[in-house]
Amino acid sequence: MSTPSSSPAATPAGGRWQRLRDSYLWYSFKRDRGAQLCLATLLALVGMALLAPWLAPTDPYDLAQIDILASELPPFWIDGSDPAYTLGTDAQGRDLWSIILYGTRVSLLIGFGAVLLQALLGVVFGLLAGYLGGRVDALLMRLADIQLSFSTLMVAIVVGAVVKATLGGGFYSDYAILMLILIIGLAEWPQYARTVRASVLAEKRKEYVDAAKVMGLKSRRIMFRHVLPNTLSPIFVISTVQIANAIISEAALSFLGLGMPETHPSLGSLIKAGFDYLQSGAWWITLIPGAFLVVLVLSINLLGDWLRDVMNPRLYKG
Amino acid sequence: MALLEVRDLDVRFALRQGEVRALRNINFTLDRGERLGLVGESGAGKSVAAFSLLNLIAKPGYIAGGSIRFDGQELIGLGERRLRRIRGNRVSMIFQDPMMTLNPVLTIGEQMVECLKAHRRIASREARAIALHKLQQVQIPSPETRLDQYPHELSGGMRQRVIIAIALLLDPDIIIADEPTTALDVTIQAEIMTLLLELCEKHNVGLILITHDLGVVSQVTQRMLVMYAGRVIEAGPTREIINDPQHPYTQGLMNALPQMATPGSHLNQIRGSMPPLSQLPSGCAFHPRCDFVTRADGSERPACSRQVPDFVASGNCRVACHMVAEMLAQEAATEEDRP
Amino acid sequence: MIAFLTKRLMHALLVMFIISVIAFAIQDNLGDPIQQMVGQSVPESEREALREQFGLNDPFHVQYLRFAGNALSGDFGTSYFYREPALEVIARHLPATLELVFGATLLIVLLSVPIGVYSAIKPRAWISRFFMGASIIGISIPVFLTAILLIQVFSIGITVSLFPESTAWGAWLNGLLSTDGGMPSFGRGQDLVPVIGHWETNLASLGGLTHLVLPSVALASIMLPLFIRLIRAEMMEVLQSEYVKFARAKGIGVRRIYFVHALKNTMLPVITVGGVQIGTMVAYTILTETVFQWPGMGLMFLDAINRADIPLIVAYLMIVGVIFVVTNTLVDLIYGLVNPTVKLTGKPA
Repeated sequence: MSTPSSSPAATPAGGRWQRLRDSYLWYSFKRDRGAQLCLATLLALVGMALLAPWLAPTDPYDLAQIDILASELPPFWIDGSDPAYTLGTDAQGRDLWSIILYGTRVSLLIGFGAVLLQALLGVVFGLLAGYLGGRVDALLMRLADIQLSFSTLMVAIVVGAVVKATLGGGFYSDYAILMLILIIGLAEWPQYARTVRASVLAEKRKEYVDAAKVMGLKSRRIMFRHVLPNTLSPIFVISTVQIANAIISEAALSFLGLGMPETHPSLGSLIKAGFDYLQSGAWWITLIPGAFLVVLVLSINLLGDWLRDVMNPRLYKG
Repeated sequence: MALLEVRDLDVRFALRQGEVRALRNINFTLDRGERLGLVGESGAGKSVAAFSLLNLIAKPGYIAGGSIRFDGQELIGLGERRLRRIRGNRVSMIFQDPMMTLNPVLTIGEQMVECLKAHRRIASREARAIALHKLQQVQIPSPETRLDQYPHELSGGMRQRVIIAIALLLDPDIIIADEPTTALDVTIQAEIMTLLLELCEKHNVGLILITHDLGVVSQVTQRMLVMYAGRVIEAGPTREIINDPQHPYTQGLMNALPQMATPGSHLNQIRGSMPPLSQLPSGCAFHPRCDFVTRADGSERPACSRQVPDFVASGNCRVACHMVAEMLAQEAATEEDRP
Repeated sequence: MIAFLTKRLMHALLVMFIISVIAFAIQDNLGDPIQQMVGQSVPESEREALREQFGLNDPFHVQYLRFAGNALSGDFGTSYFYREPALEVIARHLPATLELVFGATLLIVLLSVPIGVYSAIKPRAWISRFFMGASIIGISIPVFLTAILLIQVFSIGITVSLFPESTAWGAWLNGLLSTDGGMPSFGRGQDLVPVIGHWETNLASLGGLTHLVLPSVALASIMLPLFIRLIRAEMMEVLQSEYVKFARAKGIGVRRIYFVHALKNTMLPVITVGGVQIGTMVAYTILTETVFQWPGMGLMFLDAINRADIPLIVAYLMIVGVIFVVTNTLVDLIYGLVNPTVKLTGKPA
């Protein structure tokens, strides 16, 4: 990869910032309004999620603060709204704005956590497969193929269903965040593994790996110090898409009742909870959290698109 | 009048960083049945020149000016439909890498027949017969079976034969061959080149041969152009240039040939490398690599780094070099002194 | 070709074996048929005797072989909830899902190829930019949210009063943006035409078709942008290739270059990805069917999970496994037929 931001040579921390400012990545970012807008939106949403306890007017997890009589109030621009609840309330009388802040927080946490796990598994397996080759490669890639041919969402749903049935609904709900991170993390590792493997195979053909071998470096050291840094660029690019996917997967699982419980909702479970009231006209309970989810995922996807165009790495196709 | 006449061809690439001039002031002519070599390092603009003749340069590139007259017709500004009637019909091309040139999902026959059908109203059976005849001409073993085979079933050498057959399909006036043997095994290179030469001679087809191989140029072509950084720097009869290259760059290319070095000594290289077209030095583009920027007496020749050299005639050749111009001027001066 | 077929078949068998082991492990760990049969009141000793009688104390592999044997003969046990053979229950729900997938696939194929090809040929045209923008938005909206939006707009209807109602243009704009709704969005409707056995179809009557519209659009909404983008990307890459340049140099017309030279090469990777996406589509039927209460396998599966109906879950997994394996093998076969390089080497070049 020729992108300066990911070249392997170790540089002092001060030089790194300078190099980023000199890089093509930064240059393109400065010129691209769309990318700037997306990053700003994403940062705003992440900031909102992080600061939820301070930004939210009420604590939606605190049952004492919920007024059931104030349920299904519309958002401020519709007649019959209550100025205390800017975006209205849900069916249980929770302030929608507050619970969306907390929900975004849960969605982001699971999204990032799951992608971290995917990346960890995928990078390790991908490096092993690409570097060792032979039987290890065949076995791991066959496994990845099979899992991918089942579609990651299907795997996640089945694993979620089985885990929920095994451990019981109550237990599952108590540890839902952890469970979802594990399920989505396990379901999507092949994406990383294939991408990493493809880059490793390409890197392996280059001379510096041979040179490192000739110098007598151990293969583990070659993998982590020499090959891995050169695969970072594609990893970086698919990570954006993967985070978006993980957030959608979480929302889908929650929508199916295999994710976050309504007492501790993510954006997905908010949409699920609100869907029941769609026919009665209270569309905002489901569609406002939905809008937040879409804006979040869209900004990540657009950033990912932009990154892919700029960095143009070798990605595993299909 | 020459069959092909290229005047002041100017090709540019509109890149994000700004415009890059890939070709400047290219001038040459080609007579019917004549063979012309275009020589230079990779990146000198040989292929761009070849592709721009039929307006086939890819998107950011465009022809900014000049004139290309083929058989009395101006090609620059000609509509796509009219150009298409010339492409593959009166001027055909041979590409560098036969592994990439043929469409992997179409049979050899389909790819030959479609070419005939694009230019003539012709029945499939008749087109197939012509295709078969051309495959026989390029000496492919068992040509009938080849027609129904896919490219991947043929070796690189065979594929290049097929491509030559396609180039000859409509009995063109000119074939433009862009490094036709570079991607092939060394043992097959001579075979393919000989075949191409024979066929061109036999059918009186003009050939524009683009190559970096001076050996091939000297064997195949009658006249040659040496290109450097988007310009022609020396042009003339092949024999004269090969025997007595004038431009320091051409001399460098000749000296770099292995057969030019005395056994046991190092190969002669031109120091440095060709600058990217976006960062051309001032004056003569070659001057940072040139050994003759300083005169024999040790004084500088400031024009080299300041002024783009004009062509001067030296024998039957034209050379763009300040040093050669100076020498010729001196010679002329001494001639005048002696009555 | 024979070698290629054998290889695909071995692969399919291996996948089915893995699925069946997983399915059996689920049944073995979660299902307690004795409990289901006799209830809580029967003493432990009698249950133990029953376990022995039904072979539940046999070693794992013996039980697995019995399970696999039964599964091969179509016996997946009895659904706890429906009190009838699990396969029977699935057979009843299968046509609804297949028709939904059919509707969505039709939309995808009919729309993605022309849009993808056009936006590859003319990447700078405003219509291409519009479709690219729309497709990234489409990818970013989860399928169930699209479904909910469709219900809100076309089934419930929306009243827009954004513009001043008093002015003529305001009223006109409001009216333009508002919808009446009224499209069916719940289940398959009453106008089903029986075809054969369990199969009643939505496709043979106007009422049935209108019920199919919103669910199909929702299901297609997630794949369509993916395919458009994939076809566009592949097509653009192919258009850069040497053989397309050579075809231009031969003087071939643009139409033939686009639709013969380029499209055929574009479709090769699209077919491969398409095979994988069919699997994904089955997963998305679970979501779509849940939103529209479409009585297909997906909704049935979700109900089975909520009711802990283990035999039905296991049967669903096995049947979906078969569907995946069959479609993937078919896709490989089609790929092999379209791609001439497969026949000789036994694997795609």
